[in-house]
Amino acid sequence: MSDLLAELIVPFSYDYMWKAMWVSALVGAVCAFLSCYLMLKGWSLMGDALGHSIVPGVAGAYIIGAPFAFGAFFAGILAALGMAFVKQHSRLREDATIGLVFTTLFALGVLMASLHPTSVSIQTIVLGNILAIPDADAMQVVVIAVISFAILFFIWKDLMVTFFDETYAKSIGLKTRTLKLVFFTLLSACTVAALQTVGACLVIALVVTPGATAYLLTDRFDRLIVIAVAIGTLTSFVGAYLSYFVDGATGGVIVTLQTLLFLAAFYFAPKHGVIAARRKARVVKEDNLRAGNELRDGDAVREAV
Amino acid sequence: MNRVDLLTRSDALARPASIAVDDVSVTYPNGFTAVRDASFELGPGTICALVGVNGSGKSTIFKAIMGFVTPSAGQVRLCGLPVDKAVSQNIVAYVPQSEDVDWNFPVLVEDVVMMGRYGHMNLFRIPSRKDRRKVDEALERVNMSAYRTRQIGELSGGQKKRVFLARALAQEGRIILLDEPFTGIDVTTESAIIDLLRELRDAGHLILVSTHNLGSVPDFCDQVVLLNRTVLAAGPTATTFTQENLERTFGGVLRNFELSGHALHEDDDARSLNVITDDERPLVFYGVKKGKKKPARDKAK
Repeated sequence: MSDLLAELIVPFSYDYMWKAMWVSALVGAVCAFLSCYLMLKGWSLMGDALGHSIVPGVAGAYIIGAPFAFGAFFAGILAALGMAFVKQHSRLREDATIGLVFTTLFALGVLMASLHPTSVSIQTIVLGNILAIPDADAMQVVVIAVISFAILFFIWKDLMVTFFDETYAKSIGLKTRTLKLVFFTLLSACTVAALQTVGACLVIALVVTPGATAYLLTDRFDRLIVIAVAIGTLTSFVGAYLSYFVDGATGGVIVTLQTLLFLAAFYFAPKHGVIAARRKARVVKEDNLRAGNELRDGDAVREAV
Repeated sequence: MNRVDLLTRSDALARPASIAVDDVSVTYPNGFTAVRDASFELGPGTICALVGVNGSGKSTIFKAIMGFVTPSAGQVRLCGLPVDKAVSQNIVAYVPQSEDVDWNFPVLVEDVVMMGRYGHMNLFRIPSRKDRRKVDEALERVNMSAYRTRQIGELSGGQKKRVFLARALAQEGRIILLDEPFTGIDVTTESAIIDLLRELRDAGHLILVSTHNLGSVPDFCDQVVLLNRTVLAAGPTATTFTQENLERTFGGVLRNFELSGHALHEDDDARSLNVITDDERPLVFYGVKKGKKKPARDKAK
């Protein structure tokens, strides 16, 4: 028994594990905050596109030894311009444009990384490697996450009104265009941060799943944020902790935990869950059946008369 | 605390509501001129209908009044102020069309009404006791207090409209813009909304309603502005909302049929019956044509 306990607290005795857990939790929290807005607007796949598009920037930054955040930022702008350019000069639909541009950039990133295997590892970019994150990189992630969180805390209600009813938001003098620009800038920044913890392929989970789970549990936006952030923080912290035991693949563990919570909400949510919906449907059906029987009884009576 | 209090207190100190649209032209970035040289003026205690076909510039006029578009010529003044000043002082309250809103959004009825108070709050948007009271009062006025903790998408079309009206009440704008308020709602809600608009008018508000529902216009509007890419006519409903003007405004778009002579009367009555309709609610003119007209409304088919 005490052996097991000792085993369980082992991760806490390593500095790198502490760092991994806290940085992951911070990134999970801020991504979860953003997920509340992203999944409501039907923009979820944008998170995926962003996550993949910034890979060449990160790879390039590692090759020339620049801070990865700058490289990612540069690639993000390139992606946005690329999408705008293709959209303007062709009659392709938006999803095709996004798919085209982000896969191109992702391929470029993979190519760059494979040509310079000493300075950058494909696996780190694609799957993340928070357990081995250098202090300088961890610092960048923390700065991004804390600033983003502070800004969101400040503007969350204005963003809510903007995303709920943009015309009205404008009519009360909110600068909706600026607000949306800020939102996408934060999304890009947090995607960059999440790249470090779960990797390019799983970034989308962090910016979709917590919000989607919370959405099944509440009809109030403030609670949605609290629940989503709690889910994002806990799963990321616990995920990083558990990844010590399964040796690596932190992103996989975090996202699996989030999915488990989502499934729980999907089935057992008190109002919007599958089981609650079935129960409601059964009640309605029984009511109808009863009403039907009464109707038939009425007919019988009428016939008898 | 009663209904009149809610309105008069804010109005007492403020200047009377007015809209002055002065020679306004709006050209969009793609070069399309939606409205040319439009002018009209409205004062406090008025309900005015903005009438025109789709594409006649109704929504462009609304956008110019709310400051979403800047006129390429002319200017709009609200309560004597430039539009941006008026908007930042919460003078304009806007009730949107239902289609513009995301009904699956996780907000409750009371949250939506609280949005009306945002312009009055500080940067953190933390509601004060006064804000909460205004929300309670607004919900009470539209008879939606019982629904305050419902998610907004669970309501019927008419209830949704009431909630947005409550939001405009909570905002305490002296100018209220309603965008097609009667589409997709039941007759009971329509008359409840009209009653409320009358109360607001009597309290000195200026209400501008864009509508293509002609039948209800003479019912509750004191003024009309007839629009077709410019202002064709503007003035009191009794003198402006005439068959001739409407035919000019809607030329060829609406169904217009006339019953007269023996098709209508068995004797030689000179009165004729004119029905103008867009298949929603018909507008009926009954009387001697070219003489003095008495617009009468009918809910005929």
